[in-house]
Parts: sequence; structure tokens; C-alpha cells
Amino acid sequence: MNIKTRKGFDINLVGKAALQIGTAEQSETFAIKPTDFVGMHRPKVVVREGDIVKAGTPLFFDKKLEKALYTSPVSGEVVEVKRGDKRKLLEIKILADKQIEYENFTKYSVSDMANLKGEDVKESLLKSGAWINIIQRPYGVVANPDDSPRAIFISAFDSNPLAPDYDFLYKNDGQYFQAGIDALKKMIDVPIHLTTNGNAEVSAIFQNVRNVEQHTISGPHPAGNVGTQIHHIEPINRGEVVWTVSPYGIIQIGKLFLEGRYDASKKIAVVGSEVTTPQYYETYIGASVGKFLKNNLKQDHIRVISGNILTGTAIEKDNYIGFYDNMVTVLPEGDKPRFFLSDGWLAPTSRLSFHRALGLLSFLSPKKERVIDTSLNGEERAFVETGVMEQVVPMDILPLQLVKSIMAADYDGMESLGIYEVIEEDVALCEFVDVSKHRIQNIVRQGIELLREG
Amino acid sequence: MKFLHDILEKQKPMFEKGGKLEKFYYLFEAGESFAFTPPTTTPAKGAHIRDAIDLKRMMMTVVIAMIPALLFGIWNVGYQHFLATGNPDAALLDIIIVGSIQVLPIVIVAYTAGGIVEVIFAIIRKHPINEGFLVTGMLIPLTMPPDIPLWQVALATVFAVIIAKEAFGGTGMNILNVALTARAFLYFAYPTDISGSKVWAYLGGESTVDGYTGETALALATGAKTGTSVEAALQSATSGWAGAEGLFSFNNMLIGAIPGSIGETSAVMALLGAIILVVAGVASWKIMASGIVGALVMGFIFNAIGSTPFMEMAPHYHLIMGGFAFGIVFMATDPVSAAQTERGKWIYGFFIGLLTVLIRVFNPAYPEGIMLAILLMNVFAPLIDFYVIQANKNRRLKRSHV
Repeated sequence: MNIKTRKGFDINLVGKAALQIGTAEQSETFAIKPTDFVGMHRPKVVVREGDIVKAGTPLFFDKKLEKALYTSPVSGEVVEVKRGDKRKLLEIKILADKQIEYENFTKYSVSDMANLKGEDVKESLLKSGAWINIIQRPYGVVANPDDSPRAIFISAFDSNPLAPDYDFLYKNDGQYFQAGIDALKKMIDVPIHLTTNGNAEVSAIFQNVRNVEQHTISGPHPAGNVGTQIHHIEPINRGEVVWTVSPYGIIQIGKLFLEGRYDASKKIAVVGSEVTTPQYYETYIGASVGKFLKNNLKQDHIRVISGNILTGTAIEKDNYIGFYDNMVTVLPEGDKPRFFLSDGWLAPTSRLSFHRALGLLSFLSPKKERVIDTSLNGEERAFVETGVMEQVVPMDILPLQLVKSIMAADYDGMESLGIYEVIEEDVALCEFVDVSKHRIQNIVRQGIELLREG
Repeated sequence: MKFLHDILEKQKPMFEKGGKLEKFYYLFEAGESFAFTPPTTTPAKGAHIRDAIDLKRMMMTVVIAMIPALLFGIWNVGYQHFLATGNPDAALLDIIIVGSIQVLPIVIVAYTAGGIVEVIFAIIRKHPINEGFLVTGMLIPLTMPPDIPLWQVALATVFAVIIAKEAFGGTGMNILNVALTARAFLYFAYPTDISGSKVWAYLGGESTVDGYTGETALALATGAKTGTSVEAALQSATSGWAGAEGLFSFNNMLIGAIPGSIGETSAVMALLGAIILVVAGVASWKIMASGIVGALVMGFIFNAIGSTPFMEMAPHYHLIMGGFAFGIVFMATDPVSAAQTERGKWIYGFFIGLLTVLIRVFNPAYPEGIMLAILLMNVFAPLIDFYVIQANKNRRLKRSHV
């Protein structure tokens, strides 16, 4: 299917990563944070401080989904099990070996793959930690292996601001990608939809993939969001489950079978206007980002974000990249008061805006790459404006009405207005454009949690 | 400007919890955030950058869009004064002085009265002061006749802010357009001061010139005798009035140099405002467009039936008579009281246009149909939205095979 979308908004920022791998010392510590897995409430730790682990050794699991293990991305020593209030598990920190050792999982040659049994695939995935790549919709949480999804969806590009180039990330992983697809297909024989960017050249690794249904989508962000693609290919109805996996996840699954190990190595992009040399680095899941930012920052008054600027999480300069994230963005902090006549609400400004109200001039140069700080640019207010969120959600969904139904805890309303079709990233642009400065993504997550509990 | 912000910040503890002036925190906060966009940054999770717009800027755009109407209104109040008192060749400066003396106090009173109510409610309810009143405070004066007693402006504003807005939960929650509620309040409470033929020109105690008529175009159209035409009635109404020949010609009504409420007479100025609002994307062009279509459709239907001169009047006259242009541009598009779904906006606007003409033609007691049409459709907007939302829900329900 060739999908075209018109609604949405491309945010062009300064600091795109050059297509090169930077040379930085490898991070010493790595951490897995249960908080990266939305909807996980009761992680149970299975290691202790001082334990020696290999890449693929279980660290913890979710008591509500015991089969899926969360494993160590590297080999080394568990140096800290960090807990917060009420002993809430915050992170498990591992001091990495210089040379990574791997837990052994069954290895298959390409020809053996044909004889894989579905049950074995599932067991390997669950045991190794590769399962965590499989996300279920509705809710956007780690998939339940007992579910039977209707289909699996993969988005082959990321349209978020400053997002890494998947071709550069994965160009050498073509055979693993195919193996990952084949393994999933063995495990569960449902359509696997792979959607590529209709506006760009398709990377070789996504061409001629077998066992998938190919689609293209062209349009502004959020065209690359898998949620947008699902909506146009085959929207999720009440009672249905679909799974989504990122290309990274597929490749990791492929490596699990072809190499017999849980390979958590990944390329990450370090981007943003405050990074001296925005480029890629090779590391592992959960890396401490300190080494990549050292001597690589233009100034100190910054915000480091694990992930992209629309959905990411602010972290400290020496903290750890999120489990699913493949980029670190650094923005200037925007905590300066702005006088209303010089650069505040009555002054003309070239700050980025989706709107064209008095003095908002950014619409004159939509393609320009900008430096944008983290200012809220206002204060929270009651909803007044209408008709704007609709322009950045390329789905047949009424975002404002959905958000209001969540705020009113109207279960029937949420369901019938399409909450099953969205997660945070699908409404991230609504949060960006909102004049009233509400935390739309947070509200949507609250709604999802209400339904999961209810 | 940092020093100014520092000075303000130094005063802050006085207004915070435990401070001497704790009660007035939100008043202080409103002042500070008026002067300075606050240094607040985005939360640690979610969208880390936000659109440069805020509610203040959005509301200010609407205020700016009304300024042409206000300036023209000031001129026109002065001009009508001299025209009525037999001095049509008065100097521009004199016209503007008379107009300003009459209009500006009304603006100031509306802003002050409404502002005080807003502040009191912000203090009682402990919420920030909303910027919506920037617009309401300007809309109210523009819908008033030039000679309205100031105490009535104050009373109507207070009534509207309390009953139409705060009683429903404050900004964003109101069903009715606040400014129109103020006007409707006066219309029904003090009809002699806001309707009839005595109030549309400020006389200032001077006697009127021979042949003067204080009627508005709508009243003349309603009163046109069977067998004549509205155009002829408008033409002959001012034939004996020196200096005012052709006062109600099409062009003159389009420009708006006619008696009426302060800001509503000029269709050209409303159009200018509409251009600003639509280009800025602040008001819905769908409501404006469908409103015009609605008025024309009703006009053509009446033409087809045609039993009174008003029914037979060319439909496009409805667009420039009375407050239609002003109302459809500035009142009907109020995002809170209008339909909130995009499809709903088409329906909502269409019926405003349609009902305006219907009320004008069939209800001589209320020659200004737009006010009641908008208020009526304000009430129906949630119903329209309900069906649009239901259709969205049904589409979703239909595609599931369960």
C-alpha cells in the first residue's frame, strides 16, 4: 500500500548527525532502567550487587509478565542496584568488561533457519531478552507471549526531529534483518508489514525482504511513527492486538539465531545544536552517555535528552541512554524570562511555531534548521483553541476530544474515540502545538493506564 | 531587562504561601507573566520543545484584528455626530476628538469592570488570570451604541463575565459568547438605551438637523412599505437630510459610515480583521465562509418567496447591513463557544448566517438578528459537536468485526 499523509509537522533543527562514527572511549558502565518500560509496575530483580553477568544474563523481570526476561546488555559486574522511594527499582548498573562475553543461545545457520520451530523461537526470545523488542498495541507495552496478534508492524524509518538515518545504522545488517523476520514468521504466522519512507531512497536492507508485506508512506512527521502506519494499513479495533518491532529489534532477533547470542551493540546518534560534532557512536544498550558528550558540548547550560525532542527523557550528562533509544539530543535550556516587548509574547520572534499568530514568523522559513531551547513559551491554561491538534494527527481521530475524555476519566469515551490506536509518540506533536501547554502525552498515558487497570 | 525581572522576583515571597499578600498571588503572577514570559521549561519527559505561541499572543492577535474596527468606530461616532447636528463638513480632527471622548471611556470601563471580576475570581478560585478577557473587553465596547451610559457598560460586563463565564467554570468552559451575553443583557434589560431610533448617533445634547432620521438600515428595511423596495426606502430615508444624501447607499454601508453600534458598522473593517484572523490562523475561516453562505442562501430563499420588500431585498445587502460582518468575523469564531469539531464548524457557521437573515426579516422586534443567531447557535454547538463526534465513533465501531 502506498500511503500519503498531509497532516503533521516537520521540525528542522540544527545539529543533525554527520554520517560518520566518532571515536570515543567505550562507556565503562551500562544500566537498564525499569522506568524505560512504560506500564511496568513490579520489576523483580534476580541479581545482586557483586554478581558477575554475561551479555544475555537475566537481571530482572516483570512480575506481571514473568516469562519475558530483561537481560544484561554487556558482560561484567553488577555494581549497583539503585532503588528510590518505597524501594522502587530505578536502575541496575553494570561495570562492563573490556571484552564482552556472551551467554550461549542455540545458533542456527541460514539454512537451519528453515527448520526452526515456533516454540523454540519464542523460548529463545523470552530467555535471551530479545523479546523486549516486541511491543504490543494497544498500550505500547512489552508484548505478552500468550497473545495472538493480528499482525506485526515495522516502520523502516524515523521521521522524528534529528532522528538517525536507518540506512547508516543498519546497512551491514541485511542478513540479520531477514533472519529476524523469518524467525518471527516461524513463531507466529501473521502478516508482517514493513513500511518504508516514500519520500526517500529505500535502504538496501529493506528492499527485497522476504516474508513481509511492503508499504510506503509519504508525508510529514509523524509519517514514520508505526502508529500512523498501522492506522492507514489496518487500524486497531477494540479487542485486537498487534505487535510492533523496530528494525533494531528485528536485527537483534536475527543475530540471536544466526550468532547464538544476545547482541546489544548498537549505533547511537549524538545530535543537537549544543553538540560540537554531531555524529554516530558505537556502543551497547544502556550506555552511559558521558564519554560521548565529553569535550563535545558547546556550553554547560543544556538539557541532555535520551531519545528525540518530542518523546524523549531528560537525563544527566553522565547518565544512561534509554533501552529503546538510539539517539541522544542536546538542547540549550530555555529558563530565561523574556520581557514581553523585547523577546516575549508581544515581540516578533523567529522561534519555531506551527501557528502564524501575531509576530510568529517561523512559517516564513519552514525549511530552516533552528536552534530551539526548552522554554515552555508560556503557561498552562484552559483549552481554548480548537482545530489545531487535528492538523498534526494524520489519523481519523479527534485528538482534543480524546484528551478531554481521558481527563474526565470517561472510559467509554476513550475507547470509542480511539485510545487503542495511539500511544505517547502519536500525540507528541499535539503537545508541541498546544497553545494551552498541556502535557498531552502524559494525559494519554494516564488514559492507557486507566484502561489497563480497568 | 533582567534587572526588572530580579526586582519582581524579590517581591515574590510576599505573595507566596505564608507571605503577607498571599491572597493576591495570582494577581502578582498575572502581572509578572504579563511583563515576562516565565522561565518555565518543559517537563523532563515528553515534548522538550514547545511551539512559540501562547494564549497571550493568540488573544493579542484577535485584539489587533479588531483595531481597524475600533479606529473606524471612533471616527464614525464623531462623523455621525456632526452629520446629525448639521455639520457634515467638520474637520477630521474634530471628528476624532468627539469620537474618542465618546468611545474610549466605554472601552476603559469595559476592561476595568471585567478585569476586576476576573481578578476576584482568580483570587477566590486560586487559578491564574486568563487572557481571554483581553478579547472580550474589546468586543463589548464595539457592540455598544455610542451613547450608552457607562454604568450600563460596567453592569453588562460584570453580568456577562459572572453569569456567562465564571458560573460555567471559567475560561474555556462557557457555553455562550461572553461579549454577546453582555449585549443581550442590555438589550433585554434596558431596551430603550440600545434599540430604537434614538441611540445610534451621539448627539451630545445638540439638536438634530432637519430631515434627520436616527434609524439604522435594518430598521428602515423592516419598515419598507409593501410595493416599494428596500433600496428605495434606504434611498429616500435621508433625502431631506442635508449632507446625508445617499447615507444608506450600498457603498456607504460597505464602508460603514452609517449609524450603528461603535464597531459593527463597517464591513470593510470587519473584512480587514477577517484577513488578519484567517492569515494568522487564529479564527476559523470555515465558520466565516459558511456563515456568509448561510446568509446568502436564506436571502435567496426569501427572494424566491418574496412577499415583503425586505424579503425581496438583494441577499448581499444582508452581509453589509447591521452587525452581520462584525458578528460572523469576531463573535461567531470565538473558539470556546463555537463548535469545536472541524465539520461542526461548517454547520455552525451556516446556521448562524441562515438564522440571522431569518430573524431580521421575520422579527421586526429584533432587527439585529446576528446577536440572537450566534447566541442560539452557541447553545446548539455542543449538540452539533455531539453528532460529529458520534460519527467518528461510529466509523471506528463499524470497521471492527466483533
